[in-house]
Amino acid sequence: MSILAWTYIMVGLTFGLYIFIAWASRVRDTKGFYVAGGGVPPIANGMATAADWMSAASFISMAGLISFLGYTGSIYLMGWTGGYVLLALLLAPYLRKFGKYTVPDFVGDRYYSDAARFVALVCAIFVSLTYVAGQMRGVGIVFSRFLEVDVNTGVIIGMIIVFLYAGLGGMKGITWTQVAQYTVLIIAYLIPAIAIAMKITGTPIPQIGLGSHVVTGQHAGKYLLDVLDQLNRDLGFAEYTQAFGPGQKSMLDVFCITLALMVGTAGLPHVIIRFYTVPSVKAARLSAGYALLFIAILYTTAPAVAAFARYNMIDTLNDKPYTEAPSWFKNWEKTGLIAWVDKNNDGIIQYRAGKPFKGKPVFTGETGPLGQRLVKNELTSSPNELYIDRDIMVLANPEIANLPAWVIALVAAGGLAAALSTASGLLLVIASSISHDLYYRMINRKASEKQRLLVGRVMIAVAVCIAGYFGINPPGFVAQVVAFAFGLAASSFFPIIILGIFSKRANREGAICGMIAGIVFTAIYIIQIKFLHMKPWFLGISAEGIGVVGMLINFIVTIVVSSITKAPPKEIQDLVDSIRTPRGAGAAVDH
Amino acid sequence: MENRLAEYWRKNISIVCALLVVWALVSYFCGIFFVKPLNAIHLGGYPLGFWFAQQGSEIIFVILIFIYYKLMSNLDRKYDVHE
Repeated sequence: MSILAWTYIMVGLTFGLYIFIAWASRVRDTKGFYVAGGGVPPIANGMATAADWMSAASFISMAGLISFLGYTGSIYLMGWTGGYVLLALLLAPYLRKFGKYTVPDFVGDRYYSDAARFVALVCAIFVSLTYVAGQMRGVGIVFSRFLEVDVNTGVIIGMIIVFLYAGLGGMKGITWTQVAQYTVLIIAYLIPAIAIAMKITGTPIPQIGLGSHVVTGQHAGKYLLDVLDQLNRDLGFAEYTQAFGPGQKSMLDVFCITLALMVGTAGLPHVIIRFYTVPSVKAARLSAGYALLFIAILYTTAPAVAAFARYNMIDTLNDKPYTEAPSWFKNWEKTGLIAWVDKNNDGIIQYRAGKPFKGKPVFTGETGPLGQRLVKNELTSSPNELYIDRDIMVLANPEIANLPAWVIALVAAGGLAAALSTASGLLLVIASSISHDLYYRMINRKASEKQRLLVGRVMIAVAVCIAGYFGINPPGFVAQVVAFAFGLAASSFFPIIILGIFSKRANREGAICGMIAGIVFTAIYIIQIKFLHMKPWFLGISAEGIGVVGMLINFIVTIVVSSITKAPPKEIQDLVDSIRTPRGAGAAVDH
Repeated sequence: MENRLAEYWRKNISIVCALLVVWALVSYFCGIFFVKPLNAIHLGGYPLGFWFAQQGSEIIFVILIFIYYKLMSNLDRKYDVHE
């Protein structure tokens, strides 16, 4: 059977499963809609959190990034896992005990202020919208590549599916579909990784294979990482395992980006909201452990996939005649994600450090003497002749390893599961922020259960349409605004939630000043670097890492302003005492 | 009762601090600040600093949360604040 037929079967089956689950767990009350009725077992919540967290970026792009960055890629591995330690130890149990629906709820109640609630609300919506736009684009790309439909058609199919199960099932439906989506995506990630680990290193465990010997080919008998260091050196790149070399990020920058990603992760509303769905404080702690376990299975496999892919790529392509290049090379050349320019007219592919030409390939529509697609781009002086899009590393892996068609189809289904599960979690945050925090808490306190459910469902529909619009007309700045999402989460939510729990003295005035100071500094810095193309002026820290400085500013301002203004009222101090003790954590309540 | 709760909170804080020290040690110290000297040591084919950054930190993070869960469950029962 062809790859296309298998893909239709895999995608059809998994989508059918998601919709069936949503129908079986459809909800009739707001509690089920926002926090799944608070009755999700820790292990299921762990899986759902993992699926929620791991997006198209984790599934498709991360291994490719590491493959090209080597050691520096660790910022994503440590940054996107270490945040869960902060979440588990500093936030999840207390927020669960607090027992409301959303992050703005906590901020608004703890700091007894609708102004604080509103600032938190705007941040939550901005962060989630930024993220969701990228997810819908991911859905469209996977569809167009594997189902051979137009990107826009792909985005629209994705929108309908997400709306069906998010609108119908709310948080409950999303949680159980995410459990299924995690299963699909992890199987899809592991099967090719294990097959390639077997092939290159002779061990089925990728995490061990990365530290093992190469078993076949000209490098047999040497450690894989030593071979990669050697290859990188020979081709003019920095060594694969070397840290902070010339042309790489400085130690301070690596530190700041890692910390910003960790703190940002712990402050992301769609991750925090998951801990409201479990039945108790104890279950919140345990489910954070499960979540990170399920995430770490993929995150420790990714660096192995990255190294295998780089080894395979250099080994099978570099200094080989174009006419003898493997079939996957030509398949991906058709999609425009690989391009080769024969600068010295020797018919041999030379892969070296540096860009082969300026920008992304723009094809002339003609083919060269050997059948290669010609590009219009202005060539660079680098001897490098090969353009490879980082995103294909994971997607092309099964083809590189000659795995059967059904595995390739499974990877497509896995990529879709990763993108859809994250998109649905984000849409629910947007919908609950508007229908609960804005409509119910700030506009109409008398709204009935039925009205609020309706507003929630309408808001999901609106959010799906906005996300779909960005998916079809991607703003050029999607990549840039991701730094924003993490920077804002780190500089706005994280410090005031921490202080709200660990300090009784932190008060309304402090929190509002702190949030605004943190956000304004971070936003201005990111805009200067990413949009006005200024040099990183603050100790050379890049835009991705500046959230750390914003966070420190927020902490300092909140503490200083709180200490010179009036202490919070008695009932707020009692509230803090109450969230510090686990007993009495009933189900989440909504008033 | 007030004192018991204050003591519970202090113990809670010390557990969290101890675990966060390990968290910072494996990721920031072994994985970033001292990655170069550690890379001189090898763990199979892995330079040690590189292993901490790309494998070890992630594995130890998972273990830390499960230890936290265990310690806190015991503490909750000891101070009779469990659910």
